[in-house]
Amino acid sequence: MQLSTSILLIIALAPLVGAALAGLLGRQIGRAGSHTVTILGVGIACVLSFYVLYQVVWGGAQVYNHDLYTWFQIGKVHASVGFMIDRLTAMMMCVVTFVSLMVHVYTIGYMSDDPGYQRFFSYIALFTFSMLMLVMSNNFLQLFFGWEAVGLVSYLLIGFWFKKPTATFANLKAFLVNRVGDFGFLLGIAAVLYFLGTLDYSQAFQAAPSLIGRTLHITQGTSWDAATVICVLLFIGAMGKSAQVPLHVWLPDSMEGPTPISALIHAATMVTAGIFMVARMSPIFELSSGALSFIMVIGATGALFTGLIGIVQNDIKRVVAYSTLSQLGYMTVALGVSAYAGGVYHLMTHAFFKALLFLGAGSVIIAMHHEQDMRYMGGLRKYMPITYITMWIGSLALCGVPFFSGFYSKDAIIEAAGESHRWGAGYAYFCVMAGALVTALYTFRQMHLTFHGKERFKVVHSHGHGHDDHGDDHHEPGVLHHAPKESPWVVTVPLIALAIPSLLIGFFTVGPMLFGGWFGSAIHVEEAHNVLGEMGHEFHGALAMALHGFTQLPFWLVVAGFVITTYVYIFNPAMADRIKRALKPVYVILDRKFWVDEVYFAIFARGGVALGRALWRGGDAATIDGAMVNGSASLVQRIARVARRLQTGRLYEYAFAMIFGLVLLLGGYWLLGRG
Amino acid sequence: MSPQLFQIICFYAFGIVAVISALMVISMRNSVHAVLSLVLTFFSVACLWLLAQAEFLGIALVVVYVGAVMVLFLFVVMMLDINHERLREGFIKYLPVGIVVAAVMLVELLALIGVKAMHANTMGPDPAAAQGLSNTAWLGQAMYTQFLLPFEIAALILTVGVIAAVVLTLRHRTGTKQQNPGDQVRVEATRRVRIVKMEAERRQQESQS
Amino acid sequence: MITLSHFIVLGAVLFCISLAGIFINRKNVIVLLMAIELMLLAVNINFVAFSRFHGDVAGQVFVFFILTVAAAESAIGLAILVLLFRNRHTINVAEIDSMKG
Repeated sequence: MQLSTSILLIIALAPLVGAALAGLLGRQIGRAGSHTVTILGVGIACVLSFYVLYQVVWGGAQVYNHDLYTWFQIGKVHASVGFMIDRLTAMMMCVVTFVSLMVHVYTIGYMSDDPGYQRFFSYIALFTFSMLMLVMSNNFLQLFFGWEAVGLVSYLLIGFWFKKPTATFANLKAFLVNRVGDFGFLLGIAAVLYFLGTLDYSQAFQAAPSLIGRTLHITQGTSWDAATVICVLLFIGAMGKSAQVPLHVWLPDSMEGPTPISALIHAATMVTAGIFMVARMSPIFELSSGALSFIMVIGATGALFTGLIGIVQNDIKRVVAYSTLSQLGYMTVALGVSAYAGGVYHLMTHAFFKALLFLGAGSVIIAMHHEQDMRYMGGLRKYMPITYITMWIGSLALCGVPFFSGFYSKDAIIEAAGESHRWGAGYAYFCVMAGALVTALYTFRQMHLTFHGKERFKVVHSHGHGHDDHGDDHHEPGVLHHAPKESPWVVTVPLIALAIPSLLIGFFTVGPMLFGGWFGSAIHVEEAHNVLGEMGHEFHGALAMALHGFTQLPFWLVVAGFVITTYVYIFNPAMADRIKRALKPVYVILDRKFWVDEVYFAIFARGGVALGRALWRGGDAATIDGAMVNGSASLVQRIARVARRLQTGRLYEYAFAMIFGLVLLLGGYWLLGRG
Repeated sequence: MSPQLFQIICFYAFGIVAVISALMVISMRNSVHAVLSLVLTFFSVACLWLLAQAEFLGIALVVVYVGAVMVLFLFVVMMLDINHERLREGFIKYLPVGIVVAAVMLVELLALIGVKAMHANTMGPDPAAAQGLSNTAWLGQAMYTQFLLPFEIAALILTVGVIAAVVLTLRHRTGTKQQNPGDQVRVEATRRVRIVKMEAERRQQESQS
Repeated sequence: MITLSHFIVLGAVLFCISLAGIFINRKNVIVLLMAIELMLLAVNINFVAFSRFHGDVAGQVFVFFILTVAAAESAIGLAILVLLFRNRHTINVAEIDSMKG
């Protein structure tokens, strides 16, 4: 049977209608109206997405791939708007709309005091539309449209509190770093068009094997494997969007935005667009082992080192942000070892538990009156039990404790990295394995600092003013005007709704999705390096896998992490400082985030300014204005100043000039003409 | 005295007069005298042309130049109130340079032309006479056939010269009364006579009485 | 026996005299104009002589044209001179330098 085109259109357009209504008529329909229309739009999209998923998986629907609208046509290049719905897309649609719906509901509580309430709802609904266009696309150009659109909304939302200088700096940074990636992505699309002659997915993937043996001559004497060039360029796009090392610097700063969008955009959906894209392009990526090695090394580096930075962060959201970076690294490693299904699977589980963690962190922030520093928290367990429990579920899922959803995906990735024989797999295996310990360290540290131990804040009752405004930090750190209390139901319901899949989804889906070839034709893996297929032979059900997991190294690393953090932060709080002092150089390195920001700032920002200044002074002011514009004028003026002396205005002097010329001419003829 | 000898005596006589009068043209203190010297130069040269049997041009030179252009010169020179002393400033100062340049030029010209080779070129019979024509007829035949277009263009140039000279020197004095023939021709009867209708005047006897 | 060189030398001499005249009478426009007339006369002598000695009518036709143009030129030149004197009350070339650069 065939999927209905109108259902797909409704899925994509319902959030857009909601966004338009909330954005353009926000003042007329009011706060309640805004969140109603957007939640309705996203809710419709979510329900229909699950219906589509049901149709695709159980209803036996064929893969839907149709062009709906011709965007433009230039010669043989045909750009259209169309949908391609297979199991991968359907899964992504469900994840996106579900998390988005949860975030919408949550936002009602989180943003209740904010003057930009309607604007915010408009943006996140617009984001949902953009993300759906991205995942549902059936061609590269529409993918790029969605890619840029989510980037735009991300930019708008990071700078949502645009009166905060740090927020505008952060959104500028995110935008600029993403430009680097997008430039590579655009070049990659251009290379696809150049080599394969089409922008349509199915045609491009069919033609992909013809890339083998083709080369690209960029400079004289060097030739590059076409598939590698395409893959690396496309992956550079993914590096920007999915915040891979070295383009990861924007993601931690993006935490300047409101927490709901950190959950939605910078944890669950948008940053995973790169992972989705690589999985979608698997027929092309499979052609280049070199590019996959590159991807793997980048991912592994990110998985370990950004996790390390997370250990020393004090801002509760930044810990989660660095953990996102680390988990994105895991997904990328999975892609790099050709375990696309593993990467996408981790994407899905991660979307749930990371959104949960972010929203939980947001709930804590609400309770703490927008105080984000963990050093002024502690002992919140008894004030907010729902948040506490759901956060624990998310944390355990993140650490990969068996039976939790994160375990299945993460363990599979570690396993796959170990199984792979690709160049760099050893390094990747080490990184993801060590990453397991690091994950445990920062996760449990965060939990302990936030919910356990002594209360490190004071409650001072004063009723001089009501709620804190966002942005202006007029209160003393660690001083609250009300005792922290559990957040309202609009916040806790999404937490619970996300906690359930975080806890359970892995157990029920790991078999088919990871090892059962669930994605079908959507993901293409060459037989030679099908590590998941290899692992599938030893897979005997989710229960057995979890039980087996208890005997494996990653689990014991998590236990070690738990023990260490528990001892350091609960039983012996003074020890944290001692360790910090003892390992001062390491701490400084981590605290400064390996100086990546500083280096970028020195090279690109300063360099850009210096280059601009040099071009301005040297190129514009000196060369163009000075030498060319004023220079030519002053040259003419100088020549003219000399030459005008010839123009005496006296008639006889002109006559003399003629006569002398005649004398010279005759003399010349006389002398030369003799011979 | 052979005709050749007479010819050469005449040539030298007129030539010397021409050179001397030319020198006087450039050295005379008074412009009027200079113009008169120029007249003499032209006259001598006209005689030399007659000697070369270019009778039409010789007479034309006398009639056109001496009779018209030079008189124009004289007219202008006499009409303008010229302070000759000031115009002579630097005459002595520039004299050596002028002489040197002129001498160098002369030497160069003569050397370049190859006067010696021309010395063998004696004056043959009159080409006009050889065709059985007078000089004027010879010239006229060429001018009205072969050179007809240039001839007419020359006429045009002369016309332009006349108009230009008139336009340049024409001036409208303010405060002088003059007629405008155009307006006079265009005038209509209605502009001359205006008929005005008026109420008849009443007798004012009643009021007076 | 009159030869071509007689006329040519006479023409050259008159030409150089007029040249010297331009040099030494650099302030008097009238003399300058007369020197130009003299120069044209010297050229005309050459034309007449060549025409006569080579038996070609074109030379004399050319002299005719030169006389025409020279007449027009001196008419306009004198008109300008009159205008000049009327406006500036001088014909001193040295004082006429409004075209000085």
